[in-house]
Amino acid sequence: MPCGLFHTAYQTDERIYKSIWVKAWLVAFGLFLLLLPLFVRDYVLYISNMIYIFVVGAIGLNILTGFTGQISIGHGAFMAVGAYASAILTTKLGLPFWISLPCAGFFAAFTGMIFGIPSLRIKGLYLAIATLAAQFIIEYTIIHWERLTNGITGMSVPSPSLFGFVFDTDKKFYYLLLGFAALAVITGRNLFRTRVGRAFIAIRDRDISAELIGVDIFKYKLLAFGISSFYAGVAGSLWGHYTNVITPEHFTIVLSIDYLAMIIVGGLGSILGTVLGVIFMILIPEFLTTVAVLLKSTFGEITTLISAIKGLVFGLTIVLFLLFEPDGLSEIWRRTRDYWNLWPFSYR
Amino acid sequence: MPENIAFLAQLVLTGIVLGSVYSLVALGFVLIYKSTSILNFAQGELLMFGAYVCLTFIVGFQVPYIWAFLLTLAFSFILGVMVERVMLRPMIGKPIISIIMLTIALSVVLRSLMQIFWGTETKVFPPTFSDVPIRFLGLFIAEIHLFSLIFAVACVILFVRFFKFSSAGLAMRVTAFDQQIAQTLGINIKRIFALSWAISAIVSSIGGIILGNINGINNSLAAMGLKVFPCIILGGLDSVVGAIVGGFFIGVLENLAGGYLDPVFGGGVKDVAPFVFLVIMLMIKPYGLFGKVHIERL
Repeated sequence: MPCGLFHTAYQTDERIYKSIWVKAWLVAFGLFLLLLPLFVRDYVLYISNMIYIFVVGAIGLNILTGFTGQISIGHGAFMAVGAYASAILTTKLGLPFWISLPCAGFFAAFTGMIFGIPSLRIKGLYLAIATLAAQFIIEYTIIHWERLTNGITGMSVPSPSLFGFVFDTDKKFYYLLLGFAALAVITGRNLFRTRVGRAFIAIRDRDISAELIGVDIFKYKLLAFGISSFYAGVAGSLWGHYTNVITPEHFTIVLSIDYLAMIIVGGLGSILGTVLGVIFMILIPEFLTTVAVLLKSTFGEITTLISAIKGLVFGLTIVLFLLFEPDGLSEIWRRTRDYWNLWPFSYR
Repeated sequence: MPENIAFLAQLVLTGIVLGSVYSLVALGFVLIYKSTSILNFAQGELLMFGAYVCLTFIVGFQVPYIWAFLLTLAFSFILGVMVERVMLRPMIGKPIISIIMLTIALSVVLRSLMQIFWGTETKVFPPTFSDVPIRFLGLFIAEIHLFSLIFAVACVILFVRFFKFSSAGLAMRVTAFDQQIAQTLGINIKRIFALSWAISAIVSSIGGIILGNINGINNSLAAMGLKVFPCIILGGLDSVVGAIVGGFFIGVLENLAGGYLDPVFGGGVKDVAPFVFLVIMLMIKPYGLFGKVHIERL
């Protein structure tokens, strides 16, 4: 906390903008993001768009895993439910994107709550296994319900449009996705200033104590699964409409593990950390691809090797974070900020 | 024998063969869980590691089968100890999610390393068994399947006896029962942790060698590690007997589901049926058939 900031009431302590500077920096950062498409190449826009989509999904997972303490290894599958629901609603029923998107969210939330039911009786390791099963069952259903989902060939998804304005380029989509990512961050941040959010945190910290002080554990656990999967579903829908094609291969267990890696590296139970984690985990493979392209001239073709190396770096990143920085990037950020707050003085 | 009964019996027989390997891997899994309370998501990679190392000795260095097998066990032992020492010991006392994530990351690291060393194409062991199936009560069983079954069952019996009667096995059981009691009795529980990982790696690598001989080795072998979850949930996470029973049961269930439901659902039921069963099991009897029921009291 910066020095010279004294809270005398609970209200001020709960404020998001703790000081005028926080607000100023956020506005500046927002302006930067708004103006970004004017200066950069399409490739950078593509990366930013992927980051925005995954920010939505990862905040969902962090609500469930980081804030409520329920481990999920099936988040990728819930994203798939959203993506396919949206694709089916727009292509088969001809609904506009703006209706199919919330529907996708609700479909995913419903599916998530079904697989959250075992959380009434089991927790920890057992729940992790149950969600793992959810991943496989949903994946199987999507692949084999061919009449609805076209099986492994995948579905093509139309670009969304608003009053004749079609979001079909990276630049147009950028603003749409920026809006959704901002919405996800704002709702995610504010959720934990409400009664529901506090109940989630109580369940995470000690479920029995939470029950004793009157938190209906089953209701709130299911709600956490629902809200989390809603975010995943929206992210899935956005992804489908952005890339225009979805196949079951996009939503394997690898995606679920990617999500877990993002929130672990970013920091469990931190919205800022989630954003940082997503940026970090999306940029690393891109960075490696760039390096591979540069090395191509000296070492020749190494594409087969590079995919293995990507996996290795991915795994080692998680291991190193878990061993040396378990609170993730958000903790690093906090330390750095605190250091510069009082620089050049070393004591607070 | 009528045709439909023969079909059923054939499915059950193949299921039992597969189940014997599941039992073996599940045993390694339960072992780690019992003594260290870690759910190891990298079990499939340990399995794959064993298969690849054995193959390398046999094909690459022309080592005779039995020596290659023993060398593989030694390598798996080293891998198990190293993994425990470097990665999991610093995690003692950390939250469950971190430990789960660590073993998932470990599986990614191991898989990538194996991909770097051995590539992605399917590799096969040199054929050691004849292709002619053995007739047995009107059913057919491939020679390699029969051998696998006998071998896996022998290994399971060997390891169960090890836990029951050897002093190291006794120490492991004490550690699993209560770590503090184990420490007061003078058991070095850090060594027990390392030993558990080593033995688990060994058991898995035996399973890997068997499966590698049947189907060849590629990345999909690692998926076997995840198939073990239904087995251990059925048997109970912390029960050795449960792991063995669960392994056989899931093996048979998987084959029956594949045989009878594939035409209805259009293929691939084999891979998903154990997980459907797993969810049902978790809802009605989460601690399995033989698992210790966990009751929280204030």
